[in-house]
Amino acid sequence: MAESRFPSPFDIETPPGAEGWEELYTYSSLFSEGRRQWEDSRFWFWDSMHWGWPMSPWDASHMEYAIAALGQYNTRHYLVPPANGIDYRILLGVPYFSPVTIEDGATIEARVPQFMERAGHYFMNWDELYESWLGKVKANIAELEAIDFSPLPEVEPVEVVTEGRGYGSGWRLQEQYHRFKDLSFKVWEYHFEFLNLGYAAYLDFFGFCKQAFPDIPDLAIAKMVAGIEVDLFRPNEELKILARKAMELGVAEAFDGDDPAAVERALDTDAGRQWLQAWDAVENPWFNFSSGTGFYHYDKTWIQDRKTPYGFIRDYINQLRAGEDIARPMDAIVAERDRIVTEYREFLQTDEDREAFDGKLGLARTVFPYVENHNFYIEHWSMSVFWRKSRELGEMLAKEGFIHEPDDLYFVKRDEVDELLWDMCSAWSIGAPPAGPTHWPPIVERRRSIVSALKGAKLPKALGEPPRVVTEPFTIMLWGVTSEAVSQWLGAAEDASEFSGMAASPGVAEGPARVVFNADDIGDVQAGEILVAPITAPSWAPVFSKIKATVTDIGGVMSHAAIVCREYGIPAVTGTAYGTRDLETGDMIRVDGNTGKVTKL
Amino acid sequence: MSEHILWFEKYEESHRPRVGGKNASLGTMTRAGLPVPPGFAVTTDAYQTLRNHTELRTEVRQLLEHVVFADPVGLREISTHVRKLIEQTPLDPGVEAAVREAYAVLSERCELDDTPVAVRSSATAEDLADASFAGQQDTFLWVTGADAVVENVRRCWSSIFTDRAIAYRHEMHHDHEVISMSVGVQKMVDPRTAGVAFTLNPMTGDRTQVAIEASWGLGEAVVSGEVTPDNFLVDKVMREIVGRVISPKDIEYRLTDARHVEKVDVEPDRRMVPALTDDEVLAVAAMARRAERHYGCPQDVEWALDRHLPEGENVILLQARPETVWSRKEIKPITSERYDPMRSIVSTLVAPIHSHGR
Repeated sequence: MAESRFPSPFDIETPPGAEGWEELYTYSSLFSEGRRQWEDSRFWFWDSMHWGWPMSPWDASHMEYAIAALGQYNTRHYLVPPANGIDYRILLGVPYFSPVTIEDGATIEARVPQFMERAGHYFMNWDELYESWLGKVKANIAELEAIDFSPLPEVEPVEVVTEGRGYGSGWRLQEQYHRFKDLSFKVWEYHFEFLNLGYAAYLDFFGFCKQAFPDIPDLAIAKMVAGIEVDLFRPNEELKILARKAMELGVAEAFDGDDPAAVERALDTDAGRQWLQAWDAVENPWFNFSSGTGFYHYDKTWIQDRKTPYGFIRDYINQLRAGEDIARPMDAIVAERDRIVTEYREFLQTDEDREAFDGKLGLARTVFPYVENHNFYIEHWSMSVFWRKSRELGEMLAKEGFIHEPDDLYFVKRDEVDELLWDMCSAWSIGAPPAGPTHWPPIVERRRSIVSALKGAKLPKALGEPPRVVTEPFTIMLWGVTSEAVSQWLGAAEDASEFSGMAASPGVAEGPARVVFNADDIGDVQAGEILVAPITAPSWAPVFSKIKATVTDIGGVMSHAAIVCREYGIPAVTGTAYGTRDLETGDMIRVDGNTGKVTKL
Repeated sequence: MSEHILWFEKYEESHRPRVGGKNASLGTMTRAGLPVPPGFAVTTDAYQTLRNHTELRTEVRQLLEHVVFADPVGLREISTHVRKLIEQTPLDPGVEAAVREAYAVLSERCELDDTPVAVRSSATAEDLADASFAGQQDTFLWVTGADAVVENVRRCWSSIFTDRAIAYRHEMHHDHEVISMSVGVQKMVDPRTAGVAFTLNPMTGDRTQVAIEASWGLGEAVVSGEVTPDNFLVDKVMREIVGRVISPKDIEYRLTDARHVEKVDVEPDRRMVPALTDDEVLAVAAMARRAERHYGCPQDVEWALDRHLPEGENVILLQARPETVWSRKEIKPITSERYDPMRSIVSTLVAPIHSHGR
């Protein structure tokens, strides 16, 4: 029986032990009586693609930065005619989003000339601006790297006096922290500088194809556009090179074990050291690659924890030993892409249509390297540096006794750290005891237990009033939230034995499900299994060479998961909403990537 | 070989008037390497020997002069009489010898004593876009043995004079003698599954798709509309199935031990089983697409999946003809004005976008 609306955000029960969860987040991110009328009248969907688990206070900052930056470009920079930003709220630790569409025709009309001028400038100068974007992002990363969270000195170095500097380390530490916050927000400002425009150009081509060929599979369109040489694939390609190198150097056996420390002990030979040097040569930047989404403090990068990449190298070595070809068949991929373009184009009947097709495809291909690569430069590289610096800060605070463990930092809100540092610096200045060491530990302890209680919450896919029709392009494009998806969520029965999502990569496969909630469990995946996850991170790519198919809870055909799945030629159904809820590891399932159906056998 | 017989593999375009539309298309396909079952045409030269039979010709003409078109019963009686006359007239000895010899050669090629064949009429006026006589001539299936082949050639000839055909020509003011008849004799496939394929979507006219209808047994069940067939839509470019509807297939036509066709109930547990596997769907689609590329226009294809042939070779093209409904419609361009990138993006953003999740 289909419901007519989703539960009200005001009627969701707090799980036992999570009472008071609201204090973990900024006041502006909560549903509240003051805005209740607005909030209750809207449609909210949970972005479990990026934030499938309750966020700690520190982790929530990035969600806020990202969604604010996304909106800013629509609303204030380019004036996307029918769409302002996406409003967000945190409920029981996870974010719910609500696209703010402009309904009024006159307002839309008035924004058109401004949009054409502003967005037009970007489209016209795309390659040049993209080059400059790469420079800005790398500079921002370098600035982040340079942030110094050294502890305050017992005594200022004498040079501070002899140079007549006139300010002390306390001031500098606070300044560094403010800078750190600003640079972190800037990461997300840059993230969205091109993204929405990129999607708009893609959607323009997408819409044309759907009009010309009403039933064209979404992924045919994606394949016509997708980049071939893409930085996002580089980390995985580097692992393949390292696997081949291990074979050449005769150190492949070192990877037989599962423990990275044991691997490194086995590599303590001349040949082994040569291999480790080869790793070091590419580690920066390519292994600034998160094993998760990169949005949680516990997601680990390949640099930080080599267990995951070593495991992938082991898989590649085994494939090489079996005589398999692990190289991406570049010529075949290009030939297939060109064949698809040529054959669809042949079905167009007029010169005007062919001109429009060529123009739109050309623009979509111009924007696409950014659409794919930003993921490496922002989510992986920039965020890796952000987390590295956060750890340095946590280590310093733990050493100074303000928190017990470095990780405790992630249970303090970003602006509370200002107060904490003020406490530390003023006490240091005065030479008297700070309040923090007794103030923060009980707060951290309480918040830790709240976050762990929130993990037990059963959260609805969406809240509030279902929209008449979903038209906001980015919501459709990135999150796969379509009118069809929404009505399916409304009708979805508990424990359904068949459900559907987006047919994101073609083919049909049957096999046992392996439900994986985060990167730590990716090592459990066995050959021949079907990966079921809230979302798959690009860094999980190597696992695709051994699984039969993929099912995700959320994501459209251009989600990161879908792109990588197609690359590996295995069936994928994305955006099923309840895949991880309704399936358990070991369930025999059929995944039909042609129709988007998942069936429990 | 005599001028009365033309093997499909010897067909050339100049033979068309002598073999009729159906046989011409089988010949063209054979020459193009499209998988039609082997066979030959009994040409209009053979039919001419019947026309040269002065006595018969006079008798038929006299009978037809007495037709009262307002009287269907009378028309049917005269038709029956004419057909009986034709069927009882012995074949010209040259024609008969040629047909028997060709049938023997065909059987030998199939490594059978007497291969079952389909004997179909192929009228020369048939398949003309402006005057279709489709369905007005007969097809005889599972014809086995030289005597039966000869007999059915005569029955095909006589089918020019079914009551419907007589009435139709009268209505169209065609002389009865403008129609000439060739007969196709073609190795019978033993279809596990059969059906039709359109190289466009018949519901929308979308030319990027192949629409396939499939049901158990012989294709007659699909063509006659006696079963609701399984329905598949295949994207030509991506070569993948983008739509499927599996329907209960209650009856099928199949070959009995006596080499006769009979209509039987499909066992209940097989009714909802797809009549084609996914690989077979793609093979049928690929074959239909080859036919379309060969003819250079959308095609309406009859096909069968032979029970005995090995996988990969079991898809048989029975017949292909130009699709006539959508092909005649005027093509509407998608864009009405010259491409302007920014205007185009603005309209995309303003207009609702629907993704079908395919």
